[in-house]
Amino acid sequence: MNMLRRNILKGASAAGTLAIAAGLFGTGNAFAAYNTAAFGAKSVADALKGMGAATPTDSKDIAIKAPDIAENGAVVPVEVTSKIAGTTSIAILAEKNPNPLVASFKLENGAEPYISTRIKMGQTAMIRAVVTAGGKTYTTAKEVKVTIGGCGG
Amino acid sequence: MMNRREFLQLLAVAAASGMAIDSKQVLAGNAPSEFYDVPAYGNVSLMHMTDCHAQLLPIYFREPNVNIGVGGAVGQPPHLVGEYLLKHYGIRPGTREAYAFTYLDFQAAARTYGKVGGFAHLKTLVDKVRASRPGSLLLDGGDTWQGSATSLWTNAQDMVDACKLLGVNVMTGHWEFTYGAERVKQIVNNDFKDSIDFVAQNVTTNDFGDQVFKPYTMKVINGVQVAIIGQAFPYTPIANPRYMVPDWTFGIQDENMQKVVDETRAKGAQVVVLLSHNGMDVDIKMASRVTGIDAILGGHTHDGVPQPYQVKNAKGITLVTNAGSNGKFLGVMDFDVRNGKIAGWKYRLLPVFSNLIAPDAKMAKFIDNVRAPFIAKLDEKLAITEDVLYRRGNFNGTFDQLILDALMAVKGADAAFSPGFRWGTSLLAGDTITMDKLMDQTAITYPSTSLTEMTGATIKTIMEDVCDNLFNSDPYYQQGGDMVRVGGIQYTVHPNNKIGNRISNMMLKGKPIDASRKYKVAGWAPVAEGATGVPIWDVVATYLRDIKVVKPRPLNMPKVMGIGNNPGYVV
Repeated sequence: MNMLRRNILKGASAAGTLAIAAGLFGTGNAFAAYNTAAFGAKSVADALKGMGAATPTDSKDIAIKAPDIAENGAVVPVEVTSKIAGTTSIAILAEKNPNPLVASFKLENGAEPYISTRIKMGQTAMIRAVVTAGGKTYTTAKEVKVTIGGCGG
Repeated sequence: MMNRREFLQLLAVAAASGMAIDSKQVLAGNAPSEFYDVPAYGNVSLMHMTDCHAQLLPIYFREPNVNIGVGGAVGQPPHLVGEYLLKHYGIRPGTREAYAFTYLDFQAAARTYGKVGGFAHLKTLVDKVRASRPGSLLLDGGDTWQGSATSLWTNAQDMVDACKLLGVNVMTGHWEFTYGAERVKQIVNNDFKDSIDFVAQNVTTNDFGDQVFKPYTMKVINGVQVAIIGQAFPYTPIANPRYMVPDWTFGIQDENMQKVVDETRAKGAQVVVLLSHNGMDVDIKMASRVTGIDAILGGHTHDGVPQPYQVKNAKGITLVTNAGSNGKFLGVMDFDVRNGKIAGWKYRLLPVFSNLIAPDAKMAKFIDNVRAPFIAKLDEKLAITEDVLYRRGNFNGTFDQLILDALMAVKGADAAFSPGFRWGTSLLAGDTITMDKLMDQTAITYPSTSLTEMTGATIKTIMEDVCDNLFNSDPYYQQGGDMVRVGGIQYTVHPNNKIGNRISNMMLKGKPIDASRKYKVAGWAPVAEGATGVPIWDVVATYLRDIKVVKPRPLNMPKVMGIGNNPGYVV
């Protein structure tokens, strides 16, 4: 099972991975209990509190890859890589979404701390990644702009 | 390597040899024939043209008097206009070069030195440079297939054939994509097969991230391996209709760029050049982050930059150029490569003065043939202009004002928006506005006009959004177009503020814009699919046929605040 899950993660990462967010790790899946307090929160502070990560430490060992300007706010590709040893979870928040916590991934048995998914954004906002490792929480953020479009060039 | 002192000397010699505007012997047609005798240098030469916007014939093009730099770009190339630019590059006022690189005395200088560009003239110049530099390549930075009536009406075929005849070797793109993904693939896979490499490292498929085009091409020039990497306009699906390239994703893609550069070096490239449609500010930032690129030959922002901007990064220096627009310039980058390394370089951005160059007969014939089936339509006289008409500039141009006035008059609108495009040729006072010239401003594949009821709040949101694409202090958030042209509404702009706080004092007919009131706003070029409005050229043609004479009209320019003495702003 562990090997299988690692393979699924790796395969899904390589393939671009809508599957991960939508199916494997989405709401009510078999791998993790759905955290209503965190996913239902309407502010970043409440979502972090709900996750048990009220005051995460800023870290340069987390990399977020996302477009500077989204081509389509409805499907914004986001990748998060953690270089923090012993990473056990990676969560993504879109700070101005009605429910800021978009996804939370649990990583077990040395699974590669890398996730790739697509998220929905209604407006320009910071995308925040929150990593748990060794019982501590770490974070970094990157702005993704959602524009009206047109008028270029 | 030509340093600034040598460049100054070159210009001094040029000036001394009698090229001043006030010198009687240098009137157009009586200029020194040696103007294009550019001594060869080194062993690897790359010619660079960009953003010709389908201008097959010689045209006028007025450079901007407003091109404001923000953040780290204040007072830096390309954000220097008029005398600031002349001073920075040591160009004498009143000369042929001053006419090419600035708006100064545009009308008088245009009458003296004549039109610029034209593919028949460019062809002669390209062949001349090639003859002195065996093995040299011609690179085209894109925005080649769009911008004229004939390019639109032939579905880009005229430009595709013209570029093959011109001898283009490598190309990347932007407006090309507005003909749709299928048309682009058709041209790249058929017309360009075995002749032109279309390269773009930053265009991949939405689903699996596969490369759509070759990321780079490797050429051997006089025994030296040269890699030419392509960078298409990163924000094509945002600035232009997404539905035209629904399965492709773009973006800047620094990390992948670094991988591609490293791959070309590993494969033995001794010179690595990026053919870019990023726009100059984005190129400068990219040059500071990605290492191993010798030169970025850039376009998109239409900046005629006389000499490369040298950007330091972790592993060396990258030269960043920008080669203007509308066929006005030909860049010539010469490298002296010895023992696998670049020992020196020289760069020239040659203005293409049509009066100094004999047109290539074959290309001239080709252009005649392209135009022949459409000639009656092209030559229709719509009106006479009594003022210089131009577009380029951060906030407005006289031709845009005319388009805005036409939109408001024909549509019965309170206000109008017109996109901040940087293409579009210029006309002199007394010139006839033909359908051909109107199409130079409007020929796009999504030309629908609209009349929409918008609240004052929505109008402000749109203006703030576009303004941030222009003045965001981080170049990676800039899209390279100018501010949306606004008709009917006066406003104040603070370029250095953040989004939401740049636009203020919005007034319509002497009254403040009410955030909750609805206004009738006319516009064109919608990026959403399914628009069916009357094409913009029909709206403006209707207006021009009616007024017959275009009198000098007030240019709706915003009050610009908080930029101090910015060398990119002269009004």
